[in-house]
Amino acid sequence: MQHVSPIREPLVTGGKTYHDITQDVCRQVEAKPNVRWAAALAVALVGLAIFIYSVYRTLWYGIGEWGLNKTVGWAWDITNFVWWVGIGHAGTLISAILLLFRQKWRTSINRAAEAMTIFAVICAAMFPVLHMGRPWLAYWVLPLPNTFGSLWVNFNSPLLWDVFAISTYFSVSLVFWYIGLIPDFATIRDRATGPIARRAYAALSMGWTGSAKAWSRYETVSLILAGLATPLVLSVHTIVSMDFATSVIPGWHTTIFPPYFVAGAIFSGFAMVLTLMIITRKVFFLEDYITLEHVESMNKVIILTGSIVGIAYTTEFFIAWYSGVEYEQYAFINRAFGPYWWAYWSMMTCNVITPQLFWFRKIRRSLTATFIISIFVNIGMWFERFVIIVTSLHRDYLPSSWAMFSPTIIDIGVYVGTIGLFFTLFLLFAKFFPVVNMAEVKAILKSSSEVTHSHGRGATMHATDKDSNSNTHHNE
Amino acid sequence: MQDRIKYWKGIEELENASEFEKHAHNEFPEFLPINEVEGGESVSNGKTRRRDFLKLLGFSMAAVSLASCEAPVRKAIPYLNKPVDVEPGIANWYASTFYLNGDYNSILVKTREGRPIKIEPNPSSGLTPLGTSPKAQGSLLGLYDTNRLRYPLKAGKEAKWEDVDKEIRSRLSNVSGKVAFVSSTIISPSTQKLIKEFGSRFGNFEHVTYDVNSASGLLQANGGVIPGYDFSKANIIVSINADFLGTWVAPVPFAKQYIQNRKLNPDNPTMSRHYQFETILSLTGSNADVRVPIKPSDEAAVVTALHNAITGRGASSTAVDAKIMAAAVKDLQANSGRALVVSGSNDPGVQAMVKAINTALGADGTTIDTAAPYYVKQGNDAAMIRLIEEMNAGSVGAVFFYNANPAYNHPLAARVAAGLKKVGLKVSFADRVEETAKLADFVTPDHHYLESWNDFEPKKGFLSLSQPVISPIFTTRQMQDSLLAWSEQKTEFYEYLRNNWRTVATGKFDEAWEKVVHDGVLENGSSLMNITPSTAAASTSVRKVQPAAIEAVLYEKVSVGCGELINNPWLQELPDPVSKATWGNYVAMPRLMAEEMGIVQGDVLKVTFANNESIELPALVQPGQANGTVAIAMGYGRDLESMPVAKGLGANAFPIATVNDNAVLYTSGVKLEKTNATSPIAQTQTHHTIMDRIVVQENTFAKYKENPKEVTEYIRIATHSGPAKPAAISLWDDYEYKNHHWGMVIDLNSCIGCGACTMSCNVENNIPVVGKAEVLMRREMHWMRIDRYYSAKEHEPKDYAEMEHPADNPSVIFQPMLCQHCNHAPCETVCPVAATMHSSEGINQMAYNRCVGTRYCANNCPYKVRRFNWFAYANNDKFGFNEPMNNDLGKMVLNPDVTVRGRGVMEKCSFCVQRVQLGKLEAKRENRRPKDGEIVTACAQSCPTEAIVFGDMKDPESRISKILSRQQGERAFHVLEELNVQPNVTYLTKIRNLA
Repeated sequence: MQHVSPIREPLVTGGKTYHDITQDVCRQVEAKPNVRWAAALAVALVGLAIFIYSVYRTLWYGIGEWGLNKTVGWAWDITNFVWWVGIGHAGTLISAILLLFRQKWRTSINRAAEAMTIFAVICAAMFPVLHMGRPWLAYWVLPLPNTFGSLWVNFNSPLLWDVFAISTYFSVSLVFWYIGLIPDFATIRDRATGPIARRAYAALSMGWTGSAKAWSRYETVSLILAGLATPLVLSVHTIVSMDFATSVIPGWHTTIFPPYFVAGAIFSGFAMVLTLMIITRKVFFLEDYITLEHVESMNKVIILTGSIVGIAYTTEFFIAWYSGVEYEQYAFINRAFGPYWWAYWSMMTCNVITPQLFWFRKIRRSLTATFIISIFVNIGMWFERFVIIVTSLHRDYLPSSWAMFSPTIIDIGVYVGTIGLFFTLFLLFAKFFPVVNMAEVKAILKSSSEVTHSHGRGATMHATDKDSNSNTHHNE
Repeated sequence: MQDRIKYWKGIEELENASEFEKHAHNEFPEFLPINEVEGGESVSNGKTRRRDFLKLLGFSMAAVSLASCEAPVRKAIPYLNKPVDVEPGIANWYASTFYLNGDYNSILVKTREGRPIKIEPNPSSGLTPLGTSPKAQGSLLGLYDTNRLRYPLKAGKEAKWEDVDKEIRSRLSNVSGKVAFVSSTIISPSTQKLIKEFGSRFGNFEHVTYDVNSASGLLQANGGVIPGYDFSKANIIVSINADFLGTWVAPVPFAKQYIQNRKLNPDNPTMSRHYQFETILSLTGSNADVRVPIKPSDEAAVVTALHNAITGRGASSTAVDAKIMAAAVKDLQANSGRALVVSGSNDPGVQAMVKAINTALGADGTTIDTAAPYYVKQGNDAAMIRLIEEMNAGSVGAVFFYNANPAYNHPLAARVAAGLKKVGLKVSFADRVEETAKLADFVTPDHHYLESWNDFEPKKGFLSLSQPVISPIFTTRQMQDSLLAWSEQKTEFYEYLRNNWRTVATGKFDEAWEKVVHDGVLENGSSLMNITPSTAAASTSVRKVQPAAIEAVLYEKVSVGCGELINNPWLQELPDPVSKATWGNYVAMPRLMAEEMGIVQGDVLKVTFANNESIELPALVQPGQANGTVAIAMGYGRDLESMPVAKGLGANAFPIATVNDNAVLYTSGVKLEKTNATSPIAQTQTHHTIMDRIVVQENTFAKYKENPKEVTEYIRIATHSGPAKPAAISLWDDYEYKNHHWGMVIDLNSCIGCGACTMSCNVENNIPVVGKAEVLMRREMHWMRIDRYYSAKEHEPKDYAEMEHPADNPSVIFQPMLCQHCNHAPCETVCPVAATMHSSEGINQMAYNRCVGTRYCANNCPYKVRRFNWFAYANNDKFGFNEPMNNDLGKMVLNPDVTVRGRGVMEKCSFCVQRVQLGKLEAKRENRRPKDGEIVTACAQSCPTEAIVFGDMKDPESRISKILSRQQGERAFHVLEELNVQPNVTYLTKIRNLA
């Protein structure tokens, strides 16, 4: 048991009991869908429909439906891919690295953050497949035994590394997330009244009994998975960055990319977690579990990673000048002052300038300000990838091939569509799965809540004496 | 023991029934118990029971539906009697000739399984042994154009040849008034003779020749022929508005001559100096060493100034930059007998002065071969104008149009249309219903030239033939055969032609004839053309071109010519060599004018001609265009069902051409008004300056003579042991080439930028045409492109914003760009599925079947030469204009040795790997090494100036090896050498002979 300083703010507020936690988290799972949720889902479904239509056009007619050309072979597709992968970083970082560092504040946000990771990676994984000219042959990038003789995949290609990195990351995240869900599913199962819900959650909880042995194994597995997931947090975006760093294109061919991309990924991931959590805590009345303390902690991570990203931008410029390579120099001057200057300065404003406002405690603890800045960061990080990809490609070595890129309606449709897909999945998750990890929050209730820990007072962590004396309700 | 075991076949055998005994020896005893099962009634007795009926019904339903699921059977029918020289899978070449509006090419037609698939230069030709024009390459597709007429027309309706012949014969027999035969220049001596004979039956017959892009003035000044210019002998060339490398007179032979004295021999460097005074920035002007923009109204003054300075007669004139004029005069005078002045003017007066200049410079007999004039243009403007007036006066009884479309392309087109109403019999030989054929009573479609016999004499003493390489696809008939049929002659034109050639044959005629048909050319000095240059002195009075606020020039495009090839999607998509614009015409204007009028590129302008007609076209800001002038290409604005590819493209600018004292001048004043509309121009290159990069290198001739080792900048990379060649500090292991190592050298000094290589590559490699919308999306598919850079206007170093703008009169450099086949190819490492990899002979290969289309290779290509199939371009109605891939007839043109790529795969230059393989296989079959020059890529083959040399760098005796070893450290350089991708394509620095 580690010591918690008494001056630290409690992580659970509102004098919650164990039962309150169960009640609060299970409420939206068990209750009828509320109107706000249904409205949100309707909007998300419209986005999903746009996604399906845009993907149909892409698959049926070809990549020509997008705005790409002979010079700019990647644009919104890979921008979106990197953006979504980046967003997917926060979940694992929160649940794995913060678990290893024993950061208790992660417990109430890790579930939603991990879900966000899974959904973001699903959205991200769409693009490497969709952007292929012949997506029906996507399986050729897997090193499968084949009938083509000794034909093997090209292990030199960073795209191939991507395939491994993303699929590993996705599977580990999924398992990690699911294992964490099992005790909570069991809780819902035990409380379920309807036959369908009971059976469904029984199946999902995989026969969890809540025995001490099960808990012990659960803890061990969590720790092992956290250990496995930790390097992945760093590796995925490192490898994604190598798509660019190993190329010969000025503006891509940069050794700073791996750390810069990882920092950017965490930056954008935390921003997205904030965006989602600020809404979720409001909609589902979870203010006592996702507190201002949580928001502030995440804002601190944002200011750190945002500053790293800012330094990276500056370093790129310095190195371009210092290298003395004409093409490098032009690539960066062109970014800032060429035809895509607006994208560059949008990126700078959103990613470097706005997060600096978090140096003020007041802003750091203001939900409105945080929400707005988190949106800014999301936009800025999308522009960062756009700037890297499009401005580097559109004017590379031979001026004869310089060209401009402009998106088609289908480009926009696919992007907006993935946001629809993401929110559809997230809203379904929020309705049917416990958005806060009940088991883990209960574990910190004793050490970090507003409730005193003595049994002699009226307010205790246990809701009723009956419950407190019972040893049958492990999972509440 | 054996006997003890007895197996019965059945109970019958045991019982040994008589029935059994009867059949026991048969292999299949008949009394199999089928009938019993069926209850004594067999299916075959015709009676079907209810249950069986349902069974049978079910079976047939299933069978029918199964059968309908099968792919339709496409029969490949073998030859019943195989033609002697058709071997499936093996190509045959037949010698032939392409001629259109002066563009003459002696060619070889490559046929596979009886269909022509490629046009290649005829090395036996003395005039055009090296390459072809892009038009000649593209003309092949015209053969498979589905919009050609498939039958003769009578009053616009389908008719039978017999009926048409009968009627034309009868109407000719009682024709009243003049019979006129209107054609563009015919360089066929036999055809000319035939027309003359055809006309001899009529009392009043005239063969009127007019050219759309006329050289009438030049002809008049030189007694009816074009002087035998020889640019190879000229040290100083001065051209005034003559685009002799692109469209003027005979561009392909001229390009060959021109470049002879521009190629640098390292041992004895000499180089001609080329001055160009011109209005538009032409292909020729972009190759000039010194170029001066002039207004059309100043053209005569420039020639006069030159004339007066050279001959010393008349007052000195100061029309243009006096310094440059003085330099040109000085150069010309210093090179007397080695100088040539040419002018593109159609004014006989101007041409007479040019003639006098050349005579004064001693050009006759040196740079002008007086004994062998050119016949490629014979149009007589005055005769045509006279005929139009006669038609309007009603004195013409019958008129024939052969390769002539005056209702569209004559300055007096409206008068032509009006006059035709008064002509009793109008017959057009057009291959489709064009503007004039629409007004004709009969259209008797001519064969495509690849279906015809014909002879040609482009230059005195240079005879060539064309022969049919395919039987006529449609029920068309060669014009000459029609004339023979209408003159009641039974002979065919083939016989007529042969007979006509008896005069030039030596020895046994049949053998001699066979040899000419085989070689395609006869260049022993004998001539068939019956033209005697007149010696009468032409008038020297100069027609005054009125200066106007905005002077417009009508010009011929290098790609689509005067409009005859306008329906050709290949040529439409071939970018203009200078503006790089495709699919349509536009108003080319100088930057200053655009800025003054507040026009940006793509703004639609209303152009009002002198006759108050107006058209609307987008503006294109063209560096080098003389200030105060605009230029519009001819041939566009066709609204005909027979030209679906060209329909809706551009506008008809022929009204710019005006008749001035019986001469057609291709200039007049216009008014420009800005409209609110915009219409983007589909350019394949949208950034025009080099941005101070050393991707293409040039230097001056003076510097080259001083020290050839200093003309090229070589990049060195700093290492701890001093600067090193990029290749010396590689992280990579080099490939080992054991057998061959293919490579290419491109001499930037020889490249004139014409685009023949691009066109040839398109045809050879089945490259799709993507159309204007897709070119605007920057998605053209050309594997071989010619990058054209303008010099930037004056700027400070590193002033990137300023260096994006071309100078107002820029120097131009062309750089053919194709896959560089890097030895350390960046594309090869990044493909996740290894679809692009290195061959053991240095070729960077694409396995289309393996490609999944990530486009990573294209992104990582520093040369941006990879092309992606954004859509399915074949069998896709959206790309219907892509005829070679979207209709059954058009598909005949596809090269069967090259895959048509599907949607979603990457493609790029393969170094014509199919040709490399073929060459190797043939050598192997003959048990030898491939000989140098035997294997040649399509681009190298079609280059009229031999700028591209392809070969085996492993063979020390090959041309490429010799060039490389000689030029190493002098002019040979790799583009982007600092990347150390080690290309197998080497460029040679361009040298300019600046004044």
